[in-house]
Amino acid sequence: MTNVLVCVKRVPDSTSEVVLTDDGQAVDGRYAGFTTSAHEECAVELAAQVTGADGGEATVLTLGDDDAVEQLRSSLAVGCHAATHVVAEAHRFGPADVAREIAAVVREHEAAGRSHDLILLGNDAADSGDFQVGIRLAYELGRPVVNGVNQVSVADGVVTAQGAGPEGHETYRVPLPAVVTVLEGGVEPRYPSVQGRMKAKKVAIEQRTPATEPAGPDRVRLLLPPPAPSDVQILGKGADAAPAVVDVLEKLGVLSR
Amino acid sequence: MTLVLVEIDAGGVIEVSRETLTFARSLGDLVDAVVVGDLGDAARDQLASYGVRTVHHATGEAFDAYAGAAWAAAVQAGLRASGATHLLAAGTPRGMEVLAHVAAREDVPMAANVLSAEGSDPIVVTRQVVGGAALEEMRLAQSPTVLTVAGHAVEPRPADAPGAADVVDLAVDVSEADLVARVVSTEEPEPDLSGGLRSARVVVGAGRGAGSADGFGELLELTELLDASLGVSRVVTSLGWRPHHEQVGQTGSRISPDLYIPCGISGAIQHWAGCSSAKNILAINTDPDAPMVTKATYAVIGDLHEVVPAINAEIRRRRAG
Ligand SMILES: Cc1cc2nc3c(=O)[nH]c(=O)nc-3n(C[C@H](O)[C@H](O)[C@H](O)COP(=O)(O)OP(=O)(O)OC[C@H]3O[C@@H](n4cnc5c(N)ncnc54)[C@H](O)[C@@H]3O)c2cc1C
Repeated sequence: MTNVLVCVKRVPDSTSEVVLTDDGQAVDGRYAGFTTSAHEECAVELAAQVTGADGGEATVLTLGDDDAVEQLRSSLAVGCHAATHVVAEAHRFGPADVAREIAAVVREHEAAGRSHDLILLGNDAADSGDFQVGIRLAYELGRPVVNGVNQVSVADGVVTAQGAGPEGHETYRVPLPAVVTVLEGGVEPRYPSVQGRMKAKKVAIEQRTPATEPAGPDRVRLLLPPPAPSDVQILGKGADAAPAVVDVLEKLGVLSR
Repeated sequence: MTLVLVEIDAGGVIEVSRETLTFARSLGDLVDAVVVGDLGDAARDQLASYGVRTVHHATGEAFDAYAGAAWAAAVQAGLRASGATHLLAAGTPRGMEVLAHVAAREDVPMAANVLSAEGSDPIVVTRQVVGGAALEEMRLAQSPTVLTVAGHAVEPRPADAPGAADVVDLAVDVSEADLVARVVSTEEPEPDLSGGLRSARVVVGAGRGAGSADGFGELLELTELLDASLGVSRVVTSLGWRPHHEQVGQTGSRISPDLYIPCGISGAIQHWAGCSSAKNILAINTDPDAPMVTKATYAVIGDLHEVVPAINAEIRRRRAG
């Protein structure tokens, strides 16, 4: 039985236009909405697969504001069994702060007899893009860490993790306890069933306050990149534009063959 | 002194590492490099041409197979040997991973995907966040300053005066714990189905505007007529309309054709990341304000299911005539 802790972050949906808060300290997701990043959805799926295979328990953790409970419920609906919510404003926490908070939860759970043998995180957060929380967490806990893989399985107390490396498909085999950070692409996150959603609503979520005052992210401010000047040449509207398009194809020399 | 973790493949110093060396010189200090594993004369010559003073070289059994923590130990030895106060790597998966290890071990911050740096004491860097859709100014007040440089933040440019690139073997103290998470096997990459797409001279793109898995007929016909490759958006692969190896973007292939013809693709930043090096873009979209249209060289405003068949017919007509 493997007990898995999977860490997720509530992030603004960045597929539409990005808007910043007035103080320039965070992305304002009020218009675009919020989501869990693709990497973390895959980490949740892997947590569900690992515990589904050997009867272990998957706990989902987030550090975020009150609304981040939505991300916990979504994860509970697709295979996680328990949830821990460190209630805090995520944008005031730097990557080292977040690692410290997760480590504090792991230690406290362990002291209470709930070990987390395998800790899964996304490789990088879709908003702050720091690329380091999982690695810092591993050092906080004195555990080995495998970074940026997309397939994970556990057998006989050893995690096998695989992903793309510069020279091909790489495999790691690491004894538990261990930390693994996940990239999307190796598994397809499942859709929540009606039953899963019902079950998720009933789970009591462990609420906590941060263990220590955050040092902060060293952020001066966020800015938006200047819009690229547009000098598009409109060739026309609808089917009537076809001759003008083919003229361009001829001019660019891509018609001949 | 600035130290750069340089990555080397069969072709020598990889392009993003050369960009990072160029970036490192702009910080004003001398530049040293740290290399883990095989070096080779060609790579050493490249490092000289990029102005590197000393190459700190870590070799030995501990580095036969990749382990992020062992590489970090080598980089730390490089920091001590060079006395560097700035540590840089390219924003590759390896670069990010190894520098995150070093930052954790040295207990200093790390800035990922940096585009530019200003000032000293503290250095303020501007870096990409939200997948490049926003920028963050970040203060790096502790020594060593640790940062990775975003791909294509600068053009790779050899130094005006080459460096000596003296190779010095590093004595690295790799502990057992550093080797626990280590690659145990590497398989040859699968036959790369996206190779044709990445090297294509012309790419026809298709997004949600195609409408369904059955909506690709005329687009495939145009692809055929232009001897092009088909590239698609993530919406198209997520919906299962086309296979993943055809995806263009941050999590797909990067293309750099002479002409890209995105049809029914909005031009989200993550898609743009994969097609921004196209020399010409001819967008077909119903929305004149779509980012793909405003960023394009040419555009047709209209329904792709009307425009594309008309283009196909016009090409045929001219070829016949
Ligand atoms: C971490 C992350 C990574 C991502 N990686 C990628 C990636 O690698 N590649 C990628 O593509 N996306 C990626 N995305 C998703 C990306 O943000 C967008 O959601 C996606 O690119 C949108 O695809 P689309 O343009 O096909 O669809 P939409 O954004 O829905 O755009 C459809 C466009 O088609 C036009 N249209 C509709 N009907 C027609 C018609 N009949 N004729 C002509 N035009 C029409 C519309 O005006 C609109 O502009 C990623 C997102 C995240 C968060």
